[in-house]
Amino acid sequence: MKRSKIHIVVALLFVPIIGVAQNTPPDYFVANCFNCHGTDGRGHSTIPPLAGLTKPYIIEQIAAFKAGTRPATVMHQLSKGYTDDEIARAAAYFAAQKK
Amino acid sequence: MKNETNNRRQFIQALTATASLSALSGTAFAANKKSIGRVVVIGGGFGGATAAKYLRMWSGGRIEVTLIERNKEFISCPASNEVLAGYRNFDTLRHGYDGLKKNWGVKIVHASVTAIDADKRRVKTDHGGEFAFDHVIVAPGIDFLYDQIAGYNEAAREKILHAWKAGPQTLALRKQLEAMPDGGVYALTIPKAPYRCPPGPYERACLIASYLKTNKPKSKVLVLDANDKIQSKQKLFQDVWEADYKDLIEYQPNWNAVSVDAAQNAVTNELGDTVKAAVLNVVPPHRAGDIAQSAGLINVNQRWCAVDWVTLESTAVKNVHVIGDALMPGPTMPKSGHMANQHGKAAAAAIVEMLSGRTPQPTLMANTCYSMVDENRGMHVASVHRYDAEKKAHQPVAGAGGLSVEPNKLEGIFAHAWANTIWKEMLT
Repeated sequence: MKRSKIHIVVALLFVPIIGVAQNTPPDYFVANCFNCHGTDGRGHSTIPPLAGLTKPYIIEQIAAFKAGTRPATVMHQLSKGYTDDEIARAAAYFAAQKK
Repeated sequence: MKNETNNRRQFIQALTATASLSALSGTAFAANKKSIGRVVVIGGGFGGATAAKYLRMWSGGRIEVTLIERNKEFISCPASNEVLAGYRNFDTLRHGYDGLKKNWGVKIVHASVTAIDADKRRVKTDHGGEFAFDHVIVAPGIDFLYDQIAGYNEAAREKILHAWKAGPQTLALRKQLEAMPDGGVYALTIPKAPYRCPPGPYERACLIASYLKTNKPKSKVLVLDANDKIQSKQKLFQDVWEADYKDLIEYQPNWNAVSVDAAQNAVTNELGDTVKAAVLNVVPPHRAGDIAQSAGLINVNQRWCAVDWVTLESTAVKNVHVIGDALMPGPTMPKSGHMANQHGKAAAAAIVEMLSGRTPQPTLMANTCYSMVDENRGMHVASVHRYDAEKKAHQPVAGAGGLSVEPNKLEGIFAHAWANTIWKEMLT
């Protein structure tokens, strides 16, 4: 039982990773955000870092930028270039990053 | 057992999420370091440095990347106008390449590329040796068409500066401005578009006017533009000139410089009008950098490089990708450092896809260009560009992007944060 568990864990460590690497390209467009918010959203400036924010929070803020209910200097303009699906994918990415 | 199953399921979910979500940062590939290809990047500016980093990151270290850059350090053009006004220390523009080497395993070679042999897939350098590649990314920036301005010979260039590539000329122009007597005329000529950094000349006019207003108030800034109007942030610049620099900045459109006289410190346009200045700053027309020309990559108007916008691969030479200011840009796509970073990522993504046996897909690109209008106030223009399959080029997304309402201090703070962030983004 113990050994089979280890086997499963070892198998799991590699199967999905290789699967992702070979079949599904990552969402490269998310790196557009890195220019101002830092690589993987880990910026260290007055521009807010995005790494580790929750997915619903990011989605909500972008929706507010798009709707004009959260004031912004530039994000109300840039956010309108991305679909809701793209925003959700970007939000998931940043939520998964360590702060 | 039920708990075990749940735990296992959660573990699988967590692992799958980690795999897909960390794929951009490459940690998903850490277990497999077998090389899938070699890429040589020529030029370590905003485009080339970014491409080198992201090829390593997105391949999980499985693509061997050599970055060939003739200079030992990167010097940023964005923010260099602030040095001219005395608002920024030149050293803040200087950044090393160690981060790309240490953090990402990019092989850095400081040499000049002498030839690209696309058939044999080899890059030759003057003193760094030869490098084999599966793909090469050419990011040469721009070089100047000095021959379009009579008299702008090597001797004249000692005195009449462009300062349109940040470096020694930035410091030299600052010295000329410091030495200029109160009441002197600083004249800046702007070439016909497309040129590097569309708002850059008008930002320079603002910042130098700001310096003169405080230090030499009887002086004048003369902007001689070969174009028929201000090329970027037009109303914003017009408004700030009217409000803050009314008697200081004089703007003349359709003023195409065709010759200079270094002895007289004078410039003449195609109608024969001549302007003498205490400090003469002549920015010649540009084309894609020299290596793009010698490698046969220039195929638009004898000046720029055309590419497939999915892969950024040259339409002239196969397996050679071109990015940054050297490109014939898509509509409303500026020649900017921010945009070059996006080209670099797009080219890196396409090459990772190709070397992974997949078909590259077009990626979105975005641009944000900040300009300072004085020591503290900034303003921006922004755009998002999405690939149009019918037009086979990126088009600006309708309804997205735009301009500042007005220059302000908050955007000045963001302009400086943008610079600090993107320098780290591309080099560490």
